[in-house]
Amino acid sequence: MSETVAVSETEDVLERASTTMSDKVENICHAMAQLTLREWSAEDEFPDLSQHNNLMAKHLTTDMYSRLRKRVTPTGFTLDRVIQPGVDNPGHPFIMTVGCVAGDEETYEVFKELLDPVIEDRHGGYKPSDKHKTDLNPDNLKGGDDLDPNYVLSSRVRTGRSIRGFCLPPHCSRGERRMVEKLSNEALDSLTGDLKGKYYALKNMTDAEQQQLIDDHFLFDKPVSPLLLASGMARDWPDARGIWHNDNKTFLVWVNEEDHLRVISMQKGGNMKEVFNRFCTGLTKIESLFKEKGHEFMWNEHLGYVLTCPSNLGTGLRAGVHMKLPNMSKHAKFEEVLKRLRLQKRGTGGVDTAAVGGVFDISNADRLGFSEVELVQMVVDGVKLLTEMEKRLEKGQSIDDLIPAQK
Amino acid sequence: MWLYFLFGRGAVRHRTRSGAGSPLRSGRPAGLHTDGLQAAAMTKNCHNDYKMKFSVDEEYPDLSQHNNHMAKVLTKEIYGKLRGKSTPSGFTLDDVIQTGVDNPGHPFIMTVGCVAGDEESYEVFKDLLDPIISDRHGGYKPTDKHKTDLNFENLKGGDDLDPNYVLSSRVRTGRSIKGFTLPPHNSRGERRGIEKLSIEALSSLDGEFKGKYYPLNGMTDAEQEQLIADHFLFDKPVSPLLTCSGMARDWPDGRGIWHNDNKTFLVWVNEEDHLRVISMQKGGNMKEVFRRFCVGLQKIEEIFKKHNHGFMWNEHLGYILTCPSNLGTGLRGGVHVKLPKLSTHPKFEEILTRLRLQKRGTGGVDTASVGGVFDISNADRLGSSEVDQVQLVVDGVKLMVEMEKKLEKGESIDGMIPAQK
Repeated sequence: MSETVAVSETEDVLERASTTMSDKVENICHAMAQLTLREWSAEDEFPDLSQHNNLMAKHLTTDMYSRLRKRVTPTGFTLDRVIQPGVDNPGHPFIMTVGCVAGDEETYEVFKELLDPVIEDRHGGYKPSDKHKTDLNPDNLKGGDDLDPNYVLSSRVRTGRSIRGFCLPPHCSRGERRMVEKLSNEALDSLTGDLKGKYYALKNMTDAEQQQLIDDHFLFDKPVSPLLLASGMARDWPDARGIWHNDNKTFLVWVNEEDHLRVISMQKGGNMKEVFNRFCTGLTKIESLFKEKGHEFMWNEHLGYVLTCPSNLGTGLRAGVHMKLPNMSKHAKFEEVLKRLRLQKRGTGGVDTAAVGGVFDISNADRLGFSEVELVQMVVDGVKLLTEMEKRLEKGQSIDDLIPAQK
Repeated sequence: MWLYFLFGRGAVRHRTRSGAGSPLRSGRPAGLHTDGLQAAAMTKNCHNDYKMKFSVDEEYPDLSQHNNHMAKVLTKEIYGKLRGKSTPSGFTLDDVIQTGVDNPGHPFIMTVGCVAGDEESYEVFKDLLDPIISDRHGGYKPTDKHKTDLNFENLKGGDDLDPNYVLSSRVRTGRSIKGFTLPPHNSRGERRGIEKLSIEALSSLDGEFKGKYYPLNGMTDAEQEQLIADHFLFDKPVSPLLTCSGMARDWPDGRGIWHNDNKTFLVWVNEEDHLRVISMQKGGNMKEVFRRFCVGLQKIEEIFKKHNHGFMWNEHLGYILTCPSNLGTGLRGGVHVKLPKLSTHPKFEEILTRLRLQKRGTGGVDTASVGGVFDISNADRLGSSEVDQVQLVVDGVKLMVEMEKKLEKGESIDGMIPAQK
């Protein structure tokens, strides 16, 4: 590359210069991609997906592979890296995993030929032309402060956020990860009032701190799931990973686990409105603190918030309760009711765990195509209805007239 | 031969106007095709280039809790010097050291903590790998020459290890096929290419070597049961030492086991190395095991050479394998031997050290011995030949069996303690 680009102070010349330079970077990336391409054909390289049941395997074709293998994002993330978790983890006959990850914001653009169909399949027919709306105004939530605490044991809302300009956990370097940690700490340290708290880095936690975080059910450990490990997100563990929480233990942030940030608001009992208030206030505050330093969250009007796993696009939000449904959960129409309410059940250990003592984790099933307020509203309304149904069944009464229409 | 390109900072500078540490602007179309590039000159690794925007201090791994060869040798200076480099196939320093960063190690066991992604890794990253090789292989210097001797006739004795004590004999090594990258780095296409070549080579063997290939993908239940019963089957690695290097990607695609009809010669394809070659049988006839080993290996090598893909070898490092600990001969020759008395003698460890042998449990590395039966094998890999190393095993095991017999009779072995070999 023998061209030189003259540097000048004027804005539009800088604009043109950086476009040329970034094109150069892209050229080089493609040259690299081309170099490995020239020896082996798409057929030689196409993964064996005959035993596989995941969204990547469902949608990837040899033609698509042959086109997309020539591309690479500006930071060097390739198609093989996108699909590696899905190749390494054939999946489960009953559970449809996603089987692909993003390495940076541009992944969703460069590899849209694969990711758009995966997104559409995962998110209820969401089209490439659809727009996603974000609504983090807690005043728009109706009710939710009075879920019956005899049934609803705890309430929780979580989401993820990615910091624009950095690669995502499957691909980020140690330097990037540490910078994400540094920026997050600066933002979180400036929180005040109800949100004031402290950061605990995984790598120099004292035994006492570690025990306390375990007792509070806050501590996250190095992932063991092969779904996560195969993506490369556990590299360099525990460097630059940590947990921040407020003094009240109702607002928690995980740094550099599966996403740059995971933000969690939770408390005992059924006051989902308060949980959601704190969630929105905290998130909005954190976002403005990042903006003050010249950083924003990855977001666009089509995909909403951009996260590592395509299943978490949009709101990235999972709002839920732990609630007692010993009778309802045995009712023949339980699954159908959940489906119509656009809710899902999990065991009290989280995803892929079993319910204990008739207590279920009930949360929104959707992520993309609905706003935060809409999703939490579905949880609030749905949980209220499920509680009514549980009460009826306790008294030996029928719930047939309560079965809802499909939302 | 040893092509690599040096890339310092500033070769391509990407200007940014967002905050410090966020080198890219978002939301712009990316990934457009460009044709007509001089691909041969452009062996840049664009991810590595992107990482150069961060300083050495920002990128240097935290090795404060670590005890492995990589952590012992790596410094910020070496990291700074090597981080901009990439082998022609795109393997970088971070790739070399990832397994050592992810696995801090054990206070008692010194793991290597780095891997090669291709033949060129040992040249491009020699500033890191040479000291590690020296540390691991008894002071082996960058100027030293390694000798290869696969002439089984040069082995003296070894056909009469006492079968009352020596239960089985085995010799294994690894081989890498020139022109392909190694398991931490290779693509599915390459791995399948290696498998295909290996099947062709192995299928042409005849006589005592005539056998069959069992790909891991597509094995019947009956075949799997039989291979397990024969102790031949290898499974997807679970050790994080191995998985962190990337060698288990796409499992079980392109992996398989070949063995001869007699079940005395076995080849693993695409596990930790391209090929692992094993000769074994019950009893103490190590000479026969070694003969079959040498003959089989040489037949296989001839066939690969005919396809213009010989084995990776050079006169300094001998046979090139994924892990620096297996350079040289890559050979582990050993026996399962009953030493219930000798193993409890206070001088047992010292004797092994002097004989240049090591002990393992009968399950292999990192297992315990059962019923006084030990796996005794050569400790060295680089700097001595195959014949030298198997000779050490043969002579050493003979001596230890004599010692065991003496101790059985309640006699002393003080007069038999050997000098340091």
